[in-house]
Amino acid sequence: MRHQGKLHPYLYILPALLIVLLFRALPIAGAFAGSVLDYDIGGSHGFVGLANYARMLADGRFWNSVTNTVFFVLGVVPLAIVIPLFLAMLLRGRLAGKSVYRTIYFLPVVTSAVAVSVVWTWLFNPEAGPVNRVLAAVGIEPLLWLREPRGIFELLLAPLGVHPQGTLAGPSLALVSLMIVSIWKSIGYNTVLFLAGLESIPGELYEAARLDGAGRWGVFRHVTWPMLSPTTYYVLIMSTIASFQTFALVYVMTPPPGGGPLGTTNLIVFYLFQKAFDRFDIGYASAISVFLFVVLLVLTLAQRRLAGRRVHYQ
Amino acid sequence: MKPGSLSGAGQHVLLVAGSLVMMLPFIWMIATSLEQGGFANYVEAWSRVAFGRYFLNTIMVTSLTVLGVLITSCLAAYAFATMEFRGRSVLFLLFLSTMMVPQPVYLAPSYVILSRLRWIDTYMALIVPWTANVFSIFLLRQHFMTLPRSLYEAATLDGCGRLEYLWRVVLPLSRSVIATVILFNVIGSWNSFMWPLVVTHSEELRVLQVGLSYFNQELSSNYQLLMAASTFCTLPLLLMFVLTQKQIVASYARSGIKS
Repeated sequence: MRHQGKLHPYLYILPALLIVLLFRALPIAGAFAGSVLDYDIGGSHGFVGLANYARMLADGRFWNSVTNTVFFVLGVVPLAIVIPLFLAMLLRGRLAGKSVYRTIYFLPVVTSAVAVSVVWTWLFNPEAGPVNRVLAAVGIEPLLWLREPRGIFELLLAPLGVHPQGTLAGPSLALVSLMIVSIWKSIGYNTVLFLAGLESIPGELYEAARLDGAGRWGVFRHVTWPMLSPTTYYVLIMSTIASFQTFALVYVMTPPPGGGPLGTTNLIVFYLFQKAFDRFDIGYASAISVFLFVVLLVLTLAQRRLAGRRVHYQ
Repeated sequence: MKPGSLSGAGQHVLLVAGSLVMMLPFIWMIATSLEQGGFANYVEAWSRVAFGRYFLNTIMVTSLTVLGVLITSCLAAYAFATMEFRGRSVLFLLFLSTMMVPQPVYLAPSYVILSRLRWIDTYMALIVPWTANVFSIFLLRQHFMTLPRSLYEAATLDGCGRLEYLWRVVLPLSRSVIATVILFNVIGSWNSFMWPLVVTHSEELRVLQVGLSYFNQELSSNYQLLMAASTFCTLPLLLMFVLTQKQIVASYARSGIKS
């Protein structure tokens, strides 16, 4: 399509472009620039080279937030894939009440993370919260949930007389509580994605597999799983990126200044937030931003590479 | 029955059990909100802090943001989809690449930019940076590209200008994608938390999510009032969702396939 004036197309793009340049491209560049500056509430005090990065590598609290984030992502992502995949398998095809189920599973997705966090803080309340009341009804001792700094493996193995320490103790029960909420909130979205993926698989493939004598598991392994791999891959990447960015859950459920009991729920974005806006340590926060960006980029590229051979695009 | 699925009854038992787990937090939220005071809890929560103000702020910020997104996205997507010009693919790539960078990465520098503009603690800071949305541009562009060119030729023969063609022909043919864009941005804007928390300080500018989080900090033990507040803060969006659930679910499913 030819246009009459040469200026026209740019005028159409201009409003979006201005916003994208000023409020996306510029601050993204700013994160890189800020990471090599000594920048605080008074503005820039000059170039400091890689000093912010050196400080980051030597900062125990930073590494604590990285460890917590790794625990969190490893705890959330597999379950945020397996549970929705299972639900989607149950929901596919023509099923009575399908849209009702789908609506219910989807409710937490559209609910704000803040409201969800306020509600779950009450559910996990150690003194009178419903979760402990339910546990008491089946004879389980009340747990501290969001206030429990001890690691989950430490708690599970204590009755056997085993006491793992440090990283081996695993994520604190407080962090596990956040994982539960995060999984609960993401199930609906991932289920809908898997459902769309499942329903795009042509029915003839199932018939062919059954004619070849494949059982239920065989059909899943040789037809469903490979045909679903682009969806699985997409869900994997999106869930990983999203869990890396968890903020509201930490902020509301294990409120500032702590980042949870003994800092055990301090995730990297929360730590970045503390540095940038409690201390106005913008230069240091920028170095953490760049670290986060690079990690996510590398993870996405690595997943793409690993999946590249296995993902089966039609 | 499809191969690989369970028998009908077993399937429903599992799905109902799952539904209960998903619903329980909401049920407990409402049940707790009605304990002791009953509906009076709602009245008290509402009047303890300026929830009315927070609601108005959120409604204003959300509607202006979505309006801005619609204007900037339709114009840009239209140009990207139907016009030829130098730098088109470079600009489009620039747009897409900013979408790949997560918001927390550029949060601190954004604050610096906003303070240079003297926009910290203003509605401008809450609205303007979000009036362009690359994902919306992408969705609209994909759709605009599917419209046949013959439509444009016929319209220009009738003396229809470019902008007029967009308004009179393209947009009416894009209702479903526009609905998707509106729903995504309403949900995103209504629920956004980190950004308004960072760029505003005064109570008059608090949006609902920020207001609720402060309310939570102030009243950390009064769960009846907290659950009442959580209920009325989530109700508008839940209602919108239940009324438009088909469209929303389809939109989310589409977002996955398109990417």
